Amino acid sequence: MDREKPELNEDRRTFIKKVLKGTMAGSLLLVIPLRADDSGTSEQIPEDIPEQIPGIRGREYDMSRYRFVFIVDVTRCIGCGSCCVADKREYNVPDGNYRTWVERYIKDIDENIYVDCPNGGLDGYQKPRKDLKRPVRDTFFVPKLCNMCKDPSCVQVCPVGATFRSPDGFVLIDSKRCIGCAYCIQACPYSVRFLNPVTHTAEKCTWCYHRIRKGLLPACVQVCPTRARKFGDLNDKESEVYKILSGPGVITVLKKDMGNSPSLYYKGVRREVI
Amino acid sequence: MNATHESAITALNNYVFPNDLHVHWSMMIALYPYITGIVAGAFIVSSLYHVFKVKSLKPISRFSLLFALAFLTCATLPLLLHLGRPERNFNIMLTPNPSSAMAGFGYIYMLYGVVLLLEVLFIYRPTLVHLREKTKGLMKMIYRALTFDSTNLSPKSLELDRKIIAFLAAIGIPMACVLHGYVGFIFGGIKANPTWATPLMPVIFLLSACVSGVAGIILIYILIRVFTNKPVDTDCVRTCTNYLAGFFILDFVFEMLEVLSHSYLRTAHYHAVDELLSGPLYNSFWIGQVGILSVVPLLLLGWLCLTWVNDRLFKIGASIVSFMLLLQVMFMRWNVVIGGQLISKSARGFTEFHPEWLHKEGILTAIILMCAPLVVLFVISRIFPFWMEEMDEG
Repeated sequence: MDREKPELNEDRRTFIKKVLKGTMAGSLLLVIPLRADDSGTSEQIPEDIPEQIPGIRGREYDMSRYRFVFIVDVTRCIGCGSCCVADKREYNVPDGNYRTWVERYIKDIDENIYVDCPNGGLDGYQKPRKDLKRPVRDTFFVPKLCNMCKDPSCVQVCPVGATFRSPDGFVLIDSKRCIGCAYCIQACPYSVRFLNPVTHTAEKCTWCYHRIRKGLLPACVQVCPTRARKFGDLNDKESEVYKILSGPGVITVLKKDMGNSPSLYYKGVRREVI
Repeated sequence: MNATHESAITALNNYVFPNDLHVHWSMMIALYPYITGIVAGAFIVSSLYHVFKVKSLKPISRFSLLFALAFLTCATLPLLLHLGRPERNFNIMLTPNPSSAMAGFGYIYMLYGVVLLLEVLFIYRPTLVHLREKTKGLMKMIYRALTFDSTNLSPKSLELDRKIIAFLAAIGIPMACVLHGYVGFIFGGIKANPTWATPLMPVIFLLSACVSGVAGIILIYILIRVFTNKPVDTDCVRTCTNYLAGFFILDFVFEMLEVLSHSYLRTAHYHAVDELLSGPLYNSFWIGQVGILSVVPLLLLGWLCLTWVNDRLFKIGASIVSFMLLLQVMFMRWNVVIGGQLISKSARGFTEFHPEWLHKEGILTAIILMCAPLVVLFVISRIFPFWMEEMDEG
């Protein structure tokens, strides 16, 4: 007993020291705001996958160099839902929440508009809608995703600055700072945001920023069988998006009157689309 | 929910954006402006006496401050219950985003809390000093701490107290208005929601705050006095009821102005809001908030304030009107906060809201939260005597 006693005391002393150190370090962590996490962007590039966006690999990434835009060509979309599946698998999106979805618009001969989006379009539109009384005049699909606004409401309202706009035009969320107040969800005119039921923080489409930084296209763009989704850099005069936006086609953005100036453009979209 | 709502949801052309099906701001966010509104309104009652020298409000001038303090201690609870990551709540003060309407809340709330607490301590200082002498043990320690260990009651120090109280009450008025007008702006600043995006929102929130504060004071004052077998100062209640009528007329006019001016302008905005008010919100807005809880109290207030009603009847009438107006303001918060979110941003349909009983933000939590300030008020009453006559005895 006598020999054991000093050992026990030593243990207790070191234990108390460790607890004290831990408490001090822990409380410091609470006081010092977290630094933005920039790890992960300089990871090794999968060399076996060829570069999909020219001019990104093999040089230091300069944020001010790029002006990325996304174009959805509504006239090409067939409503197969591949993009939604790719997105769900890329991010493990919880059921009932959607980073991207595809809507089906139907116009009957009386000019009535019917819109639906069962399961966010994940299953594809394999069967026609049967509950309409009048003959259908026209139908089309509209994919939706984050508009990456140049004047984003979500960034404006986020009380802690967890949502921000990067110089290369991406509106992103720092999930380590988000307090889950859902103010951004209320402010987004396009309803692209949701509160992740697992992390309890806000989440939305990022245009696959982690892939862009490695020279890869967004997952939904890559899997689209009809090339209805297009992505590229407007500062690259050879890019498809530059040619489309500087060409004669009918291009618009959604909810223009909101004044958010989206970087997501729609080609061939009709006036009924909201 | 009513039949109109059900039919709206099952309608052929009801399309809700997939992420809009869930109502993110539920009962906790409806309760939060309700509680801060009562705080702001109760403070204004106290200021009517301390700043504007409305002498007949003297019996409740101290009670209303404590009433405001009790509700203020509970004002952040619904917010913490609502946050997805409540452990990060201090980020709102550590890394505030200056462009966010919400970021200022922590600072405004804290400053207001300090002003309110200081005002209570200075107004009660002579009383607390007397009580310190009379009590023993723990209570003596509490009174010693609350008086900052000062027993100086010389005419000179009391005169200084009086100046400090006047200053605190004076800056307290704009701060109470900012606290609540600002809560209105949190909603009014959301352009994506047609029912919220109106410059009138802070005004409506502020006026309804005054209504709920005055009504709360009248009702709880009468209830406490009756249950403790003490006389009710009817002169004081009559004055309060007059102010209640004034605030409520302004509040109701602005609420209706918002709806009527849009119905005349007939913009796209109006069509969205009109479908909401005549559909899912028909019962809770037109029948509940406007019909039963606004028109009826207006008639009752007219009877109480414009005709001669005897004291006994007046007490009953004032209690009923106050209770109805407390409900009116709660309905208004519900219709704005939850009702506003029923419109999908697709502008083609409405979602539904089903409150749960045993949820973090459920009905049971809401009931407990509304009782919490009254429990706090009881605890406060053990330390600070509510009424003047108790202090005279002291």
